[in-house]
Amino acid sequence: MSEEIRLMKGNEAIAHAAIRYGADGYFGYPITPQSEILETLEAEMPWEKTGMVVLQAESEVAAINMVYGGASTGKRVMTSSSSPGVSLKQEGVSYIAGAELPCLIVNVMRGGPGLGTIQPSQADYFQTVKGGGHGDYRLIALAPSSVQEMADFVALGFDLAFKYRNPAIILADGIIGQMMEKVVLPPFRPRRTEEEIIAQCPWAARGKTNGRKPNVITSLELDPAKMEENNIRFQAKYRKIEENEVRYEEFLCEDADYLLIAFGSSARICQKVVENARAEGIKVGLLRPITLWPFPTKAIAAYADRVKGMLSVELNAGQMVEDVRLAVNGKVKVEHFGRLGGIVFTPDEVLNALKEKLF
Amino acid sequence: MKQEIIIAGFGGQGVLSMGKILAYSGLMEGKEVSWMPSYGPEQRGGTANVTVILSDDRISSPVLNEYDIAIILNQPSMDKFESKVKPGGILIYDGYGIHTPVKRTDIDVYRVDAMDAATEMKNEKAFNMLILGGLLKIVPMVKLENVLLGLKKSLPERHHHLIPMNEAAIKKGMEIIQKI
Repeated sequence: MSEEIRLMKGNEAIAHAAIRYGADGYFGYPITPQSEILETLEAEMPWEKTGMVVLQAESEVAAINMVYGGASTGKRVMTSSSSPGVSLKQEGVSYIAGAELPCLIVNVMRGGPGLGTIQPSQADYFQTVKGGGHGDYRLIALAPSSVQEMADFVALGFDLAFKYRNPAIILADGIIGQMMEKVVLPPFRPRRTEEEIIAQCPWAARGKTNGRKPNVITSLELDPAKMEENNIRFQAKYRKIEENEVRYEEFLCEDADYLLIAFGSSARICQKVVENARAEGIKVGLLRPITLWPFPTKAIAAYADRVKGMLSVELNAGQMVEDVRLAVNGKVKVEHFGRLGGIVFTPDEVLNALKEKLF
Repeated sequence: MKQEIIIAGFGGQGVLSMGKILAYSGLMEGKEVSWMPSYGPEQRGGTANVTVILSDDRISSPVLNEYDIAIILNQPSMDKFESKVKPGGILIYDGYGIHTPVKRTDIDVYRVDAMDAATEMKNEKAFNMLILGGLLKIVPMVKLENVLLGLKKSLPERHHHLIPMNEAAIKKGMEIIQKI
């Protein structure tokens, strides 16, 4: 089947996009506000259409370790959860990063800390971009701000994960997960054959060695000299990703006196803020990081001399604002505005905050 | 053209599905649409609301300060959203269960006695379509034929036999809406 225009929730879009991308397996455990991902996959029964495995694991910890196992054989595997569930997965995520395996993780954030609330939040920014698990690792972090991007970033996330042998994460929130919008679903792609997987992933543990040296998938290396070598290799890879994979979108930044920096659903709200502010004659622009790591540091720094102030608008107590401040290195005033614990700001609240903090 | 609409009432009144049908109808007309529900534990009896935006252009924020149209189906929603209608906007309410009259004088207020009509039709489930009919009479933002297409798209196939009943309810709603 070809491209298709549908109306659906962001969560549903992720499920459909995964099937259409030719994913091999999904392992998850239900939690609001992202349960529709698992529910849609189960309703679509892709195991009958494409052979994709969909499994409700006994826990989040089990699910991420199933991903670890699937990824080590070169399969395209994914998991999804929401904030408390993603916290449970962090050990597995660190192991997967340490074993240099590609996989896709989805976090549809809700308010925390702890079990918190089921309402939308962006308070897992630190966890995502600064390492929620232990050790010096990075996740390629994509922040969708529309249902269309929920669908598109499944393919992008898997592609980047395999390109760099590194886990990728889609960091969404309850708004983008629950809202319905028009979405163009990509055409169906067949899952890769076993031969194609072997060709694409010469590192994978495939059972038979056929004359080659056995591939060993592990994050363990007790010889510190070798472990340092591994880490140096990881860091070189991360620098390459920082060099090549930064993505962001600018909205009316060209002549802006004030710059909003926002990602995901906050960026959608901030688009309206820009429109409303300009209607009042205040020149506001919006820079939306699409990759939260690698962060669009240079793009933001380029505005440091051109604007009077920046406002980092996030559904949290001030997380991304730290990276914005690092980017401009004191050259321009950077403030934060947020609502906490599942409350979502309105466009008016953001515009008032901008006037209060930057005028 | 852009319509920013809030539909608010009790869980179980069909608030979310009415919004969904409206959104699907917009999609059938080639419009940009967004449907943003409150997704709390709103089962029967709790409060539920949904923001629906139909637009010819790209939709920026799915979260709004104020609305062109508010459809109010219970008192808590009246208390919360009456003040959020844009000046010159429209407020439509069902008389049943609303005990404070609308105070705003800078908006157009309409009433649809949908609960009574649904009881008369011996079909509680027609309630939200009666309301939708009223809305479409006042603001014909989507054609009836596209609403029926939208219904077909948003209802599972096993419920398609209910479409004629829904159509009748929409038409009834168009008849009984009255300006206050």
